[in-house]
Amino acid sequence: MKALELRDVEKSFKKRRGEVVRALDLVSLSVGKGEVVGILGPNGSGKSTLVRVISTLVLPDRGEVEVFGIDAVRHPKQVQRSMNRVSVEASFFKKLSAMENLLYGAKLYGVTTREARPRIAEILENVGFAQKRALEPMEHLSRGMQQKIALARALLTSPVLMLLDEPTTGLDPRSKKDVQAFIHRIREAHDSSILLCTHDMGEAEELCDRVGIMVDGKILALEKPEELKACYATNGRIPTLEETFMAATGYSVEEASAEKE
Amino acid sequence: MRGTVKPLWLTEMVAVWGYVQRNYFLTKRYFMWEVVWLVYVTINAMAITYIGAGAAEFGNIAINTERYMTYLLVGALLWNYLSMLFDVLSETVSWERWEGTIEYTFMSPSSRITHLLGMGFYAVVYGVLQTALTLGVCYLFFDLDLSRANYWGALLVLVVCSVSLVGFGIVAAVLPLLSPEKGQQVSYIVSSVLLLVSGVYYDVSVLPNWMQAIATVSPVTYALEGGRVALLEGAGAAELWESIRVLLVMGVVFVPLGIWVFHLGEVYAKKTGKLKRSG
Repeated sequence: MKALELRDVEKSFKKRRGEVVRALDLVSLSVGKGEVVGILGPNGSGKSTLVRVISTLVLPDRGEVEVFGIDAVRHPKQVQRSMNRVSVEASFFKKLSAMENLLYGAKLYGVTTREARPRIAEILENVGFAQKRALEPMEHLSRGMQQKIALARALLTSPVLMLLDEPTTGLDPRSKKDVQAFIHRIREAHDSSILLCTHDMGEAEELCDRVGIMVDGKILALEKPEELKACYATNGRIPTLEETFMAATGYSVEEASAEKE
Repeated sequence: MRGTVKPLWLTEMVAVWGYVQRNYFLTKRYFMWEVVWLVYVTINAMAITYIGAGAAEFGNIAINTERYMTYLLVGALLWNYLSMLFDVLSETVSWERWEGTIEYTFMSPSSRITHLLGMGFYAVVYGVLQTALTLGVCYLFFDLDLSRANYWGALLVLVVCSVSLVGFGIVAAVLPLLSPEKGQQVSYIVSSVLLLVSGVYYDVSVLPNWMQAIATVSPVTYALEGGRVALLEGAGAAELWESIRVLLVMGVVFVPLGIWVFHLGEVYAKKTGKLKRSG
């Protein structure tokens, strides 16, 4: 049984002027148990809609979404227990402290304060977050620190499927490294399956077992990084992942980050 | 946590406590705003009560000033409580959307009933405390005619009304799901219509017939009727039964109706992608 399986998933949105945007166009993919799958794509390619569909926040028009064999559209409550998500926006109650936000997040998954506190201490230590600062309001923390708390919040509920939607976008290099190292550890220590959406090529290559490229709601390819690069080899030269991305999408990395969704 | 399996009812209870505790944390963080709001509510109730003191100055009609002032104060206090309860429920979605946490709340496994129950429970406790404080301050300023008051009867009416108003508030809470930009404004219109037709500061009988017809479906109307006869006349359980009976029926109808409407709104928002923070 796969951790995640999507079959022919379609999703369109109507815009105000009657224009229809096809966010997901017959998307099929799977993530095996303990596997990390990366999705590379420019902004507006449908990555966030993909994550929202899996996390039961958007209902697909057509197709099947299964999390550990359970239909996520028909039985959202069952699959919600087994997964969590980190998005590009840290999304917290800004006036509350990191600790208060974490305790709140844990309780929504049935984890009591008594159970959560030692776990929070352990996770914060692992991510290199000073315990004292956990008592400060979120709005006093840097973006990098907020993102570490977002990862801690997700991990606190022990998800077996993690959905990471551009978790390092906008972070300084040091915070980016810390967060990436943390994701690495999650994978090793917690045996979680991870779907990682990003436009950071290095991140995808370093963290992912397989990498897919997504453009205009379609997944063009989904292979091991080396195999994906080999697909776009010219004259026997294996391109970098960045070159592969440019060849597949027609976007440079900078353009991919700048395009508005 | 992985490996720890709790029965469903227990995880839902933990989640209810999560919502209550979160709102308590937020109240603590916004403490100065809470103080400002309490002062505003108290002064507002006092200003309305003074209308009763000034009423005798107009015309030659003899009025029982003490009783009229108490009538107005009871209206002001009950409206403050009930409108606060309605607002907290109706802002459930728009508040989380503003904070940016709505998607995390909606993708958690706790049920929507748990979510709304937690919000409603905190609002009731907070509202009762705020109203008691306001009443205490007003006691110091006015010679109120509460010699015959049946406080337990009034509290019973308030509790029963809270249930039906929670249902009403849940229906209003769905509006920001249907329209992220305008939904909350519409819920303020609903709140102001309740204020107009429910007899907060005057008897419903002075209203035009069409407004009186709307008043019959407002739980606030019956809460004010019951609350006033309990506090002003000292009415006992038997006399309060009529108001309580209607409020119970409204609770039985409005709460499941509210949850059902909210569910439909949630499905619509998930189909159209309107749950998203930016709307």
